[in-house]
Amino acid sequence: MKVPTMASLLAEGKSPDILFWVGCSGSFDDRAKKITKALVKILNHCKVNFAVLGTEENCSGDPAKRAGNEFTFQMQAMMNIQVLNGYEIKKIVTGCPHCFNTLKNEYPELGGNYEVLHHTQLIQDLILTGKLTLEGNQSFKGKKITFHDPCYLGRANDVYEAPRSLIEKLDAELVEMKRCKTNGLCCGAGGAQMFKEAEKGNKEINIERTEDALETNANIIATGCPFCNTMMTDGIKNADKEAEIKVMDIAELIANATDL
Amino acid sequence: MIEIIIFSILLFSGFGWFAYNVSKVRYNILLGRDVDRSGNAKDRWKTMLLVAFGQKKMFTKPIAAFLHLTLYVAFVITQIELIEIIADGVSGEHRVFRSALGGFYTFTISFIEILTLLAFIGTVAFLARRNLLKLPRFTMAELKGWPTRDANLILLMEIVLIVCIFTMNGADEAMQEESYGFLISSFVGATVFNGMPQDTLHVLESVGWWGHFLMVLTFMNYLPYSKHFHIFLAFPNTYYSNLEKKGKLSNMAAVTNEVKLMLDPSADPYATPVSDVSPSRFGAKDVTDLTWKNLLDAYTCTECGRCTSSCPANITGKKLSPRKIMMDTRDRLVEIGELKRKNGNDYEDGKSLIGDYITEEEIWACTSCNACVQECPINIDPLSIIIDLRRYLVMEESKMPTELTGMLTNIENNGAPWQFSPSDRLNWANED
Repeated sequence: MKVPTMASLLAEGKSPDILFWVGCSGSFDDRAKKITKALVKILNHCKVNFAVLGTEENCSGDPAKRAGNEFTFQMQAMMNIQVLNGYEIKKIVTGCPHCFNTLKNEYPELGGNYEVLHHTQLIQDLILTGKLTLEGNQSFKGKKITFHDPCYLGRANDVYEAPRSLIEKLDAELVEMKRCKTNGLCCGAGGAQMFKEAEKGNKEINIERTEDALETNANIIATGCPFCNTMMTDGIKNADKEAEIKVMDIAELIANATDL
Repeated sequence: MIEIIIFSILLFSGFGWFAYNVSKVRYNILLGRDVDRSGNAKDRWKTMLLVAFGQKKMFTKPIAAFLHLTLYVAFVITQIELIEIIADGVSGEHRVFRSALGGFYTFTISFIEILTLLAFIGTVAFLARRNLLKLPRFTMAELKGWPTRDANLILLMEIVLIVCIFTMNGADEAMQEESYGFLISSFVGATVFNGMPQDTLHVLESVGWWGHFLMVLTFMNYLPYSKHFHIFLAFPNTYYSNLEKKGKLSNMAAVTNEVKLMLDPSADPYATPVSDVSPSRFGAKDVTDLTWKNLLDAYTCTECGRCTSSCPANITGKKLSPRKIMMDTRDRLVEIGELKRKNGNDYEDGKSLIGDYITEEEIWACTSCNACVQECPINIDPLSIIIDLRRYLVMEESKMPTELTGMLTNIENNGAPWQFSPSDRLNWANED
């Protein structure tokens, strides 16, 4: 798989149009790595001049900040900003809404000013500019797809339409859960919950959310966040519905539809 | 003449006491840290007009929104009649605007009466919703006791206000040989008060008039003690809304200075004075560590519970309730504010918001999903309080769930929340 790094491009005297910020999940989590690869396939297919930081990438600091450790967050942010500014990065696409939110909203005050896109926004751009076409694809014909809004994409940044417009391009039926868009229910992983056990209650949040998804009778739960993906996948396993319903990232749906 | 004097004394003392209590609330709110919510006047006015004046966010629940709207519009429009009551009261006249306005007066009073009738229906529906239908968000633990009585008391006061208006206008109508033509009270006069002697009608009219006036003063002076203060504070609270994306948390300036020093070994720690940005502590232990906007939020909260009923943690049975966060913040602020007013600004009573009011279990259940912020009809932000309480626990006390300690150590040591080697970060590119 062709994945140019910033360091290698610099050595060749080149610079990319856009940096792909992979994120920790996308780099290390086995399930999320598939999403990362799907996005790289799309970028390569569309001949996007991109690069990754590779080993120079570091946690954005989101979970530290949400856990209340502003020191760790700002240390991460400053180090990342030094690297990004060193490479004179102007435009970034992230594979994770948490990185997206942090880079887009919290880095500017610390000296990191970039145009930051979530991968669903970039793919939407690629389609709008004619670089990617999904005409005639049959992969998802007749399938029902529901979209689970990641909190850090939806409510946090008001991005609701980009992922939905991509599902509509798939010639599949988009079915909404009773709680969607601004009313979307969290998967339970945000605010550093991904890294700890939930407090005592009578239910896990991801089970509650999975029930919303199952009610739609969808074949696929689409998400745009590696954490949501983990939580929904666990919810589906818990409900013993792995045969009936799959959890997929929008990037994977698009890569599949383009036979990548 | 004596009536004019009594009226004027009541009017003056009623407004005076209200002003005194408002100044106490203002003092309390200004105990908070400063936060910059200046600028963007155009966007701020727009937000206030849409969200407070236009009640845009109420309409996610259309039935409640409609009932609330009747009360709100009736409340605003009834102020016209109140102005006349005050004018009559200090002048000793009767319906002082009537002769000057003529047919428009009849129209205005009729319009007020229609809205008041709708408000009556709304109030009864709200009472039923709380006490008969027992909507889940009105029967939660944090509403037991005083908050429930507070809510019912407000609704009962509204019923008294409305009954007084119709008694006043209805009895007045029945006294007239030729009807004023007020849409509702001409009917009330002809049915309820028909055939009563003039003296009785006169007394009833006075009872309605004085009753309404006294109830207005009572209601107004009850507001600063009640959750109902939102009828005024919703306006400044939405004006000073956070206009940034909801996902953006503040970057603590004091931390930025320290981090810059840490990352730049050649920096002179004494070169720049940091005292102006150094807080007494990191994060919030007590209400005085929160911003004045957080505290304004707390006074503005009317305890509707839309936040809590949308909170994923609360829905799944965790102890966190964003509404309780706001109620606790206000209760604590009222307590410490009173003590500081009596004993000076530096007074401490040894209690704090985290620990004595809000438990750690509550704030660690938050997913920072912003559902509560999204839902609040008057742009209250419980999440920023939760984050500031976490900051205090983590940065000042090193208290957090043990798994988070591990996560933070991983980030610090190997640049990822899990224990992976940074040198393996690009391994995915070479895997199938």
